[in-house]
Amino acid sequence: MSFVSLSLSNRGPRHILAVAALAVVVLALGGCRERPSAHASAAPGADTVDARPAAAPGQVTLPAGITPAAGDWPMPSGDFANTRFSPLDQIDTANVRDLRLVWTFSDGNKQGHESAPIVIGSTMYVVSPFPNYLFALDLTRPGAPLKWSYKPPYLSAAKGVACCDWVNRGPAYADGRVFFTTLDNQVVAVDAEDGTEVWRVRLGDINRGETMTMAPLVVKGKVLVGNSGGELGVRGWLTALDAETGRIAWRAYSTGPDSEVLIGPSFKPFYPQDRGKDLGVQSWPPEAWKMGGGTVWGWISYDPTLDLVYYGTANPGPWNPELRPGDNKWTSGTFARDPDTGEARWFYQWSPHDLYDHDGVNEHVLVDLPVDGRTRSVLLRPERNGYMYVLDRATGEVLSATPFAHITTSLGVDLRTGRLIPNPAKVPKTGKVVREICPAAPGAKDWQPSALSPRTGLLYVPFNNLCMDMQGTQANYIAGTPYLGAITIMYAGPGGHRGGVFAWDPVARRKVWSIDERFPAWSGVLATGGDVVFYGTMDRWFKAVHARTGELLWQFRTASGIVGQPITFRGPDGKQYVAIFDGVGGWAGAVVANQLSASDSTAALGFVGAMNDLKQYTEQGGTLYVFALP
Amino acid sequence: MSSRFRKARAVWGLVALGLFAACDREERRFREIPPGATALPAVTQNDANQPGPFIRDPEIRNTYEENAWAISEGNWLYTQWNCAGCHSPRGGGGMGPPLMDSLWIYGSEPENLFQTIVEGRPNGMPAFRGRIGNADVWKLVAYVRSLAALTPMDTRSGRTDDIHATTPTPQTDANLPMARRIPPEQRPPGMEAP
Repeated sequence: MSFVSLSLSNRGPRHILAVAALAVVVLALGGCRERPSAHASAAPGADTVDARPAAAPGQVTLPAGITPAAGDWPMPSGDFANTRFSPLDQIDTANVRDLRLVWTFSDGNKQGHESAPIVIGSTMYVVSPFPNYLFALDLTRPGAPLKWSYKPPYLSAAKGVACCDWVNRGPAYADGRVFFTTLDNQVVAVDAEDGTEVWRVRLGDINRGETMTMAPLVVKGKVLVGNSGGELGVRGWLTALDAETGRIAWRAYSTGPDSEVLIGPSFKPFYPQDRGKDLGVQSWPPEAWKMGGGTVWGWISYDPTLDLVYYGTANPGPWNPELRPGDNKWTSGTFARDPDTGEARWFYQWSPHDLYDHDGVNEHVLVDLPVDGRTRSVLLRPERNGYMYVLDRATGEVLSATPFAHITTSLGVDLRTGRLIPNPAKVPKTGKVVREICPAAPGAKDWQPSALSPRTGLLYVPFNNLCMDMQGTQANYIAGTPYLGAITIMYAGPGGHRGGVFAWDPVARRKVWSIDERFPAWSGVLATGGDVVFYGTMDRWFKAVHARTGELLWQFRTASGIVGQPITFRGPDGKQYVAIFDGVGGWAGAVVANQLSASDSTAALGFVGAMNDLKQYTEQGGTLYVFALP
Repeated sequence: MSSRFRKARAVWGLVALGLFAACDREERRFREIPPGATALPAVTQNDANQPGPFIRDPEIRNTYEENAWAISEGNWLYTQWNCAGCHSPRGGGGMGPPLMDSLWIYGSEPENLFQTIVEGRPNGMPAFRGRIGNADVWKLVAYVRSLAALTPMDTRSGRTDDIHATTPTPQTDANLPMARRIPPEQRPPGMEAP
């Protein structure tokens, strides 16, 4: 692995410029063949690349004890640090234009495919959207034939309480077993060899509005899973199941008394507003914490040295903030917990008394990097509220919070107090319409996960560019039905593009390049050792771009829009493969996945307002595509 | 009788007739048997597929569809029972399928919708039996059908009271069509000039 030597060690500035100029010329000549046809890149504002010298690599390193996926793809997030980086470099910026489709697989399901396949040894495992069938594919034989499939028994009625399409974000593997969640609140352990069920437990109740969509994370023999349903007044939790037996080892609620939130003597939050007794009750109107949300449906990271898991909690319920005065702990925030006991170590609230459904469930990318000249162990967090946060992952201290999106909802983050400063002009009120709330409810980035390359030192972030108008209304809590109190209409933010992908330098704290896409970039991102970054668009393009410049190197037109997570692995034949599911859907794609009426801008909790032309670009689908070099 | 008196009587007669005809649309009925309470068949046809010649159920007339107040009550119930949360305030759908389009998974006849609400449906529609009173269910049925424009036009609300895509512009003389502009000398004091 060779680094491009742009390091600012003992060279003068002129030398740097010469090297950079040479590099640009080399890239322009070598990387840029016949551009894909005009029809292909015709997205409005397509491929705006703002190339500035990339970060000095080597400054951003992975934490001790973290090994990125190298050959396998053992979990959707790639590794415990959530880098979604693979050192595999057979596919690189020079040859990726020759990437071709090798085989495909349809899981027979047409809902939104937000999932990631995982690859263990010579077997690939994929989970379909609900009813969540698990398939094992044999990579040793041409065309990857089906080894076995496992189809859990399911409750069809779960579809009635799923806010955002019937998605599943992927399986997990540990010790010869594959684990996954189902929409109807089951967690299943299946033997990885022969597909027999080892155990299956039901952890939630659809009659309370609960569902499950997340990819589990297995840490030290415990399967960590959380629930969904913040739009239905569900009380959120993270549960650890014993991987052997499926029994509950511990459960940490996101609201309520300290004993249920597993806050005890080892809890040392960095900021004073997070210290006190039973804040999960006190920061709510009486009893409101029981329908308070804070569900856990996003990504979990693990630091093996500090022995802490990091995960975020979702929005408080109901959406209308006037109905729940108080900071609404412990919603829209991140917990650091001991994986053995679940005890909380620290907590930081991204959006106290959240006003806009800004769930706090996004990924934490664990890295070590310099802050003010000193190397710190941090987590990077592209947050829904539009700020790129750097937190000390040992203490929860906010080291920086830099806007990466157009923001009208807040005036900044006060680093002294750690609090987000809301914009009083944009606070939603009952009976009143507040307009131009940016970022909108899906945030500047929703669940769609970013990727980090230790080679370039850059974080590659799929983003949304959405604003919304919001009207507060009365909300009635009826278990198993939506508990919202808000009507919203979303639309494109400034510029007219509804999303894209940008590269972020976490040391310099700025964007290095940015690509606009027509629709929100609702897919995950993959970074590889060949300096290629992969992502998919909702209008059916699977793209490979240059990690350092964002230049489009290759793209493939899939049958349906892409909202899945790309992965890469080394096959038994030694070749590097890249895999992605198509099948548009999720909250952003609901207008197609659930056949909604595009003329109602308030449909799908307001998202249809921003997506009413999606049907012109894609229909439903559900096929896995696997690519390799010839 | 002078012709003028006859004319006046005719005019007043027409006015009285008009008032009575309009009465039913606005009437607020507080005590009545909900439509279909006795007429609802024990088994309702949900599907067009029948072996042999098609036998149609007797049509159930939901008289609430002809009453603007009932449909407006249905609108209120639609919000209060959280139908709006799943099906969207205007019926575009979300967690639940759209109600404003022409695709009806379980049928669009009043009795189909009544059963859908009361019994629930296999793919996630909750059963509200015993929770929503029958009269209210029929009002909801009327409102849902109005979302899909299956009810008479004159009983539907002219516009929604909720959020619009843009802030409504206040009507001033400048944005009234020419024919409706009031000449300056006839404007009441305080009315905006163009």
